[in-house]
Amino acid sequence: MTSPPAATHAQPLRSEAPMTARSEAALPPTTAGGPQTEDQRSIPRGRLKLPPLEPCIAIAVFAAIMAVLPLVPGVPLFAITLIGNIGLAALVALGLVLLTGVGGMTSFGQAAFCGFGAYTTAVLTTTYGWSPWATLPVALLVAGSAAVVLGLLTVRLSGHFLPLGTLAWGISLYYLFGTLDILGRHDGISGIPPFSIAGHDLTDPRTVHYLIWGLVIGAAILTMHLLDSRVGRAIRALRRGQLAGESFGIDAARMKLVVFVYAALLAGLSGWLYAHVTRTVTQTPFGINAGIEYLFMAVLGGAGQIFGAVVGAGLVTVLKEALQRVLPQVFGHGVQLEAVVFGILLVGLLQVAREGVWPHIAALWPARGRPVPPDAPALARRGASAAPSEKLLVLDGAVKKYGGLTAVNAVSFAVGRGEIVALIGPNGAGKSTTFNLITGVTRLTTGAVRFEGMDITGAPPQEIARLGIARTFQHVKLNPEMSVLENVALGAHLRGHAGVLASMLRLDRRDEARLLGEARRQIERVGLAEHMLKPAGSLALGQQRVVEIARALALDPVLLLLDEPAAGLRHKEKEALAALLRSLRAQGMSVLLVEHDMGFVMGLTDHIVVLDFGTKIAEGPPAAIKTNPQVLEAYLGGVA
Amino acid sequence: MDGTILLFLLQDGITNGAVYALLGIAIVLIFAVTRVIFIPQGELVAFGALTYALLEAGRLPGTVWLTLAFGALAFAFDLAASLSTGIDARKLTRSAGLTLALPAALLAVTYGVAGAGFGPGVHILLTLALVTPLGPYIYRVAFQPIASASILALLITAVGVHLALVGLGLVFFGAEGVRAPSLSELTLELGPLLVSGQSLVIYAVTLLAIGALWFFFERTLWGKALKATAVNRLGARLVGIRTTFAGALAFGLAALVGALSGILIAPVTTIYYDTGFLIGLKGFVAAIVGALASYPLTAVAALAVGIVEAFSSFVASDLKEVIVFMLIIPVLVWRSLTQPHVEEED
Repeated sequence: MTSPPAATHAQPLRSEAPMTARSEAALPPTTAGGPQTEDQRSIPRGRLKLPPLEPCIAIAVFAAIMAVLPLVPGVPLFAITLIGNIGLAALVALGLVLLTGVGGMTSFGQAAFCGFGAYTTAVLTTTYGWSPWATLPVALLVAGSAAVVLGLLTVRLSGHFLPLGTLAWGISLYYLFGTLDILGRHDGISGIPPFSIAGHDLTDPRTVHYLIWGLVIGAAILTMHLLDSRVGRAIRALRRGQLAGESFGIDAARMKLVVFVYAALLAGLSGWLYAHVTRTVTQTPFGINAGIEYLFMAVLGGAGQIFGAVVGAGLVTVLKEALQRVLPQVFGHGVQLEAVVFGILLVGLLQVAREGVWPHIAALWPARGRPVPPDAPALARRGASAAPSEKLLVLDGAVKKYGGLTAVNAVSFAVGRGEIVALIGPNGAGKSTTFNLITGVTRLTTGAVRFEGMDITGAPPQEIARLGIARTFQHVKLNPEMSVLENVALGAHLRGHAGVLASMLRLDRRDEARLLGEARRQIERVGLAEHMLKPAGSLALGQQRVVEIARALALDPVLLLLDEPAAGLRHKEKEALAALLRSLRAQGMSVLLVEHDMGFVMGLTDHIVVLDFGTKIAEGPPAAIKTNPQVLEAYLGGVA
Repeated sequence: MDGTILLFLLQDGITNGAVYALLGIAIVLIFAVTRVIFIPQGELVAFGALTYALLEAGRLPGTVWLTLAFGALAFAFDLAASLSTGIDARKLTRSAGLTLALPAALLAVTYGVAGAGFGPGVHILLTLALVTPLGPYIYRVAFQPIASASILALLITAVGVHLALVGLGLVFFGAEGVRAPSLSELTLELGPLLVSGQSLVIYAVTLLAIGALWFFFERTLWGKALKATAVNRLGARLVGIRTTFAGALAFGLAALVGALSGILIAPVTTIYYDTGFLIGLKGFVAAIVGALASYPLTAVAALAVGIVEAFSSFVASDLKEVIVFMLIIPVLVWRSLTQPHVEEED
């Protein structure tokens, strides 16, 4: 799975020029910029379309239906009970939607967190006589603490090891619940008091219905707010790899932990409700099969979709109920076949409709075009440098070895203030590795990196970003589903302050308006204003590179590192890019870029560093490099 | 805890560990070739054990129907694929032979054999023949259509297959547990230790199976093709190895190993339709120690899992499963620290 470092830039140099030409030819004709709205992309044509619907109105309508439902005469009690169960499951599925669909992590062990919530309140109310209401903070604290411990251990795990880890502790905790004396071993705990308000017990499913769905709708609203915020962008950025986020100061491990704990708290809340609704708690509903069922709900509803959680929970719960009624009549008693049906459905779903049900429902309404954010007061700029006499960036004898391969061999150079420096060399020369050494993605074997006189050797990408070094990537790392605006706003992450709670409670609006305003300004600055609201993935590759530059500018950097910024750009676009970089230089910004387009490099830069096979073979002003015999040798294989 | 108990627990642990080693190796094999984290490996073990035990008891095992049903399903997939790409009569005939005629023939043979008083040897062969085709059928139906999906999607599919197989196990084998007679009545006295013939059979078969797999991978063309697919799927395709075939082969081998493990443990413990899951997951713990890549490391880890399990069932029998599965967490953490995640360049 790990490829040797040289493999990523293994094409020989000379294939580069025709490749660029081909990708240019593949671009759409130069009519770019006809105003295109978001609506044009996602709606399948020829289908039923309903009038536009604001999410807040949709939620209000849904809440009203839920409020009226128990009052409608003729709605049978079992239906209300069933809907209550859907609500309980939807809370857990909502957490999974965030964890799996948004954060890119998968857990089979969510049922165990329900167990923590349920057993906590069961013990406190039966053994210690607490009121059910009083146990809620404790239940959440227990579930949350368990999540912090398990999360610290498991969210670090990459890829498929995380779900396997959740499978293991899911089983482990299930057995633990059935073993501990205080939890009543296999018999569980019964005689749990119901919720009560002012002496009235909420034993009727019709009354407890309001509590359950009030919490579900509340949780859905808070989660929606969370996703549509500074923290939410950071969480959404996780899914497409961590490197891009970390290069803009996002602590990916911490964000993962936040999502993990949030999902566990929702599960714990569901468990707490469950204990007082069913009034008895055993280990069965907290086992691994239940965990799998919750994941099934999230996948079926549409992982990543908040309303998908409710839809998925509804479908699975109703289906399970129906199967439990129908199957024994068809196949005789005692045989629980619903697992077979669920299993087959899960396998089939992943084959035919991996995106789940919700996107198809959502397609009935026209996609909601978000407005361009209004102009907002500018964010605070970075203060003036402390040590203006020193060169801005100094690379001193940098060495990077991969086993026996020396990718970068004792390379030293410096970037001065207000300078544009280019790093050139044939493919495999070690240019991208040098970039990664500066930005903290790769650790130096020996040597040092200094920035503004400060030793930053070995500092993590987040720290480097904080110091004011912003970068773009050779292989574009944008979140293709997020809009250009949101992608760029991610670059300003460190310049905002709103945390998880503020975002959920919408106390972040001023902070958020400034971040989006800044993103808007940077997008306008790089000339992509008309693409601002489109999903980043819908832009041409060259434009996506420019989006990355806007994202880097949103960091308010002192030094801009650009990895092949002109690749995939057309002639006019290259000229515009060069003009932009010149104006940035005029404002005092320094730029270090890797580029293969010699015309672009020679006309723009103040200083050029040439690498070949990891070694610096020349440096100097463009005119000197053009005639340097060693450089010609490296590029053309010998001077004629 | 005196020396005798210690030795006894150690031996018990190694016996279980040997079986986990077989499972762990099958799991690594499937993952390496297809990227599928095959959670249902344990179900194949249970099916093998139940089939063998029922044959020994002179009854017709439900496996015949299961294999027939899965074969028919696999054929339906082949037929559908064939209809959408244009019918290739030769391919379809071959598919029908492997997915329809084979299970039907097995059904006929099993009818003849069940209860006719044959010995364990015939029953073992028949069990292997009945369970092994399930592997490729499952691959055809559940995994081949999404062979290029993400590891996560394949994992969720594997969990779906697990759910379905456990339920089908209940349908085809019923809820009662069975236990097969020992494969050997021999008892060896080694100092204070009594070593049962069954344990010796388990050790011998495990070693033989590992040896055979080694031979297969190192000395045969098919084995080398599988290895090539594991190293680089695209490269393997470019040199003419069909990854579909490699996938089916890997699943077939894993099912064979699963059935074998089932036969080995059927006399040791009572097997129910759902026993396989936990057994399989212990193989997983071992496979994860081996990073889903190293066969020798997996085998050693499997022995360690067996030994930890034996000791924890002696010291705190209630917490046996809790301890065994919590074991995986430090292992995973160690794994993630020693193998920093490198982002795939796309």
